[in-house]
Amino acid sequence: MSALTREETQALIQEVLEVYPEKAQKDRAKHLAVNNHDVEQSKKCIISNRKSLPGVMTVRGCAYAGSKGVVWGPVKDMVHISHGPVGCGQYSRAGRRNYYVGTTGVNTFGTMNFTSDFEERDIVFGGDKKLTKIIDEIEMLFPLNKGITVQSECPIGLIGDDVEAVVKRKATETGKAIVPVRCEGFRGVSQSLGHHIANDSIRDWVLAKRDGQAFDSTPYDVTIIGDYNIGGDAWSSRILLEEIGLRVIAQWSGDGTIAEIENTSKAKLNLIHCYRSMNYIARHMEEKYGVPWLEYNFFGPTKIAESLRKIAACFDDQIKEKAEQVIAKYQPIMAAIIAKYKPRLTGKKVMLYVGGLRPRHIIGAYEDLGMEVVGTGYEFAHNDDYDRTIKEMPNATLLYDDVTGFELEEFVKRIRPNLIGSGIKEKYIFQKMGIPFRQMHSWDYSGPYHGYDGFAIFARDMDMTINNPCWNNLTPPWLAKSKDDTLHKAA
Amino acid sequence: MALRQCAIYGKGGIGKSTTTQNLVAALAEAQKKVMIVGCDPKSDSTRLILHAKTQNTIMHLAAEAGSVEDLELEEVLKVGFGGIKCVESGGPEPGVGCAGRGVITAINFLEEEGAYEEDLEFVFYDVLGDVVCGGFAMPIRENKAQEIYIVVSGEMMAMYAANNIAKGIVKYASSGGVRLAGLICNSRKVDREANLIEALAERLGTQMIHFVPRDNIVQHAEIRRMTVIEYDPNCTQADEYRALAQKIINNRKLVVPTPITMDELEELLMEFGVLEEEDESIVGKKKIDEMATAA
Repeated sequence: MSALTREETQALIQEVLEVYPEKAQKDRAKHLAVNNHDVEQSKKCIISNRKSLPGVMTVRGCAYAGSKGVVWGPVKDMVHISHGPVGCGQYSRAGRRNYYVGTTGVNTFGTMNFTSDFEERDIVFGGDKKLTKIIDEIEMLFPLNKGITVQSECPIGLIGDDVEAVVKRKATETGKAIVPVRCEGFRGVSQSLGHHIANDSIRDWVLAKRDGQAFDSTPYDVTIIGDYNIGGDAWSSRILLEEIGLRVIAQWSGDGTIAEIENTSKAKLNLIHCYRSMNYIARHMEEKYGVPWLEYNFFGPTKIAESLRKIAACFDDQIKEKAEQVIAKYQPIMAAIIAKYKPRLTGKKVMLYVGGLRPRHIIGAYEDLGMEVVGTGYEFAHNDDYDRTIKEMPNATLLYDDVTGFELEEFVKRIRPNLIGSGIKEKYIFQKMGIPFRQMHSWDYSGPYHGYDGFAIFARDMDMTINNPCWNNLTPPWLAKSKDDTLHKAA
Repeated sequence: MALRQCAIYGKGGIGKSTTTQNLVAALAEAQKKVMIVGCDPKSDSTRLILHAKTQNTIMHLAAEAGSVEDLELEEVLKVGFGGIKCVESGGPEPGVGCAGRGVITAINFLEEEGAYEEDLEFVFYDVLGDVVCGGFAMPIRENKAQEIYIVVSGEMMAMYAANNIAKGIVKYASSGGVRLAGLICNSRKVDREANLIEALAERLGTQMIHFVPRDNIVQHAEIRRMTVIEYDPNCTQADEYRALAQKIINNRKLVVPTPITMDELEELLMEFGVLEEEDESIVGKKKIDEMATAA
């Protein structure tokens, strides 16, 4: 079945919207669009970063998820206290697969859950005394920690707990960075505000700490910003930057440390992978320290080569030359991967529904394998994300923002993609519908997918998912009826 | 006799706690079985009954014991003058934590521990000033207080608060059985005060159940941490509280109030000379401009 035309896609959106009551229909219509390369600004065709409708199923997270889970959580040598009742910390513990090097519980703390475990009395009498005690205990039990963040859960904001007072006192006592983050879950419409709040807390409490201090600079100092090292993504990115002659002085925040964050403003160029979650701090550093920033994309050989050249163009000829050498060196390896997998994957259609950068960044990697992305959307994007997406997606494909469970299922039933890339909440629904699925938040326990090394794994994973023989034992819904008929006739 | 649960609301400082304790003492004197539940983190709702500074509160004892589940009813329930049972919800010091949650926790505890069973006839909830959040509305939510008494005086802000509380009652009246049972006028010796409060009561669809005159003997008793009923049972003020107690025992007039608009309230106040008619022409005019116009 060939891709839908513009008219067919528009009609599909209309049809799906029809079941909603009038008000909901009007609201949701603004979040669904047919991609159009002629549109310059996405706000003319799609609305994003708005409150989800009551009554629909949304997979969005909260501000706490954006701060603790995404931005701060991977900073490995700090202890991140989930301040509030136990659930938020415990159910988000170690689920994101942001790898790090270190001895957990000694000098790194990434997969551990620290919580103030609020009880009734802490709500009524306030949690400040308990927080003081916890910080003292952390200092005693984990003396090699390099700092602490206090990630506020909802009740902290509701009772107006004075976290800042405790934090200031303890920071003076210990001489370490102790950072209050007011990322209460009820703030904002999705995890996106949590990213922003976390960025702001880095700006206000950490970033200026080493201003004026000596630093052994080189002209090739860059940082990786917005790579959370899921399945080792930042590592497979970092080696490429080093191979072209750059020095990576900080990783934000996958396998990152507080010292790296404090030194970031000394870089010559900030490289941004996940624009959505960390553009705020990049803009701040540009304004305050004059450090320029550049977005790049390390998914799939086409985008990697493009990005390496773009990055090298910011430096001298030596770097530019090395970039070409690196691209040339990996070219035959990539060609071999494509030769192996493209015949098995070519023409396969993909629908994506993920988070910050992947709904647009991975498109190129699929296209390198001969696949086409026919629908994409974000949980918590803003319109600057869609501005960028419009250019990456083929014309007349489907765009869906904060898509509801119902809409996505209906779109899938009609478009019948060969693969869906989304999250754990979608996974089993679509697998039961007989459609191959990859969990594209944590790479389905695989990865890395960034860089040349990552592409080899990406290609293998997509092949083993789509061409897995198990799908032959399942009947997708659109074939179910005819099969019933056959059975009926046989009987 | 079925248990009657009453909540006392009113502007802060109007005399809710003093009125409640004197009233409850009068009820006890009339052989009624009564309990007071203090719902105010200041926890001063039972001191005149217990002759104590403040009793140990549910929330403080719960914090010491670990959680509210570790408490026994006997630890928090004290018996004072006339066999009156006393409990205080307690809560944090000003500026920290969540006092409203303390009230919710405390009242749930009392229900679960069976404090309302046995042969109680009256429960009085003495609630902090305004109904600032859901926690302080707890006593008037489902299956709790059915009768609300508002303590009020002839001062403008007290009447304004009374009208606001009536609005709150309307909200809960539609979802449950809570009703406004009357205004208790705690006199501040404002001119024509009784008439004014009667007029307000009429507008709200209720009654002024009693006019409690001002008498310094209440303060004399209070210094001794006693009610006037106990301190000087023969004084006239004690009879006033007895009269209030009798009226409440016989009260059948429970209504869904009809709160009035700000304009209507101001009109009423002007009628009684508490508020003067506003001169709209001077609103927002600076002194310097006025002088310029005059010159």
